Amino acid sequence: MISKLKYAFSHGSLSEAVHHAVLMKVSSVALLVLMPLFIFIVGPMIGRPHAEVVAFLGQPFPAIVVALTFVVGFKHFSDGVQVLLEDYVHGTARKISIMIMTGLSYAAMLIGLYAIVKIAF
Amino acid sequence: MADVNRGNRPLSPHLTIYRPQLTSMTSILTRITGNALLVASLMIVWWVLAAALSPEYFAFADAVLTSFFGDLILLGSVWALWYHLLAGVRHLIWDNAMMLDIPTAEKLGWACVGGSFLLTALTVILV
Repeated sequence: MISKLKYAFSHGSLSEAVHHAVLMKVSSVALLVLMPLFIFIVGPMIGRPHAEVVAFLGQPFPAIVVALTFVVGFKHFSDGVQVLLEDYVHGTARKISIMIMTGLSYAAMLIGLYAIVKIAF
Repeated sequence: MADVNRGNRPLSPHLTIYRPQLTSMTSILTRITGNALLVASLMIVWWVLAAALSPEYFAFADAVLTSFFGDLILLGSVWALWYHLLAGVRHLIWDNAMMLDIPTAEKLGWACVGGSFLLTALTVILV
């Protein structure tokens, strides 16, 4: 049998939730830099012809901005949507929906990374 | 510590009976915009993937993104992004236990709403 204090120290907000909050904060500060860069660098490319888009995104700086935005952005989304689901969805549906959204976030992140790497090399 | 009054205690106010306030509405909007941004994010990933695959497939993705509905989603998402970003800054400020009094918090709320429209207009002009 473990004491309530011991139980609290190894479970709940004293470990996981604080880590989660710190992840959210760190990724939000990173996105504060990345998102304006993404909007003003990649944004003007939407609607341009294929050759121009590929030539532009293949350059080092735009490619790195796109890759970082995908990695940090989808991690931030994954962590954020988890809190949303924890607040509003309960029981088994909560577990399943969190798994689906986490999987979707990482899939989108890696598909985006694959695409930008393929264009850049 | 037996609670003999279980089930008959006063409840704290919840969403349906709480008067909507600027601070609560702007906070809920932060969550809505953040999660709604998934749609545009997946569209952009699809657009980059299409560019990586072939010119023909890119033409299809490009046509979807530049269609009326594509434009509408992207424009809405640009506003959602700026709103979510400004509201996020507000939370980073609050995390330092600063500007938490109600008049200042309400001013920050209006700054998020006004600033998001201003930055959206700026984005439409520049991008």
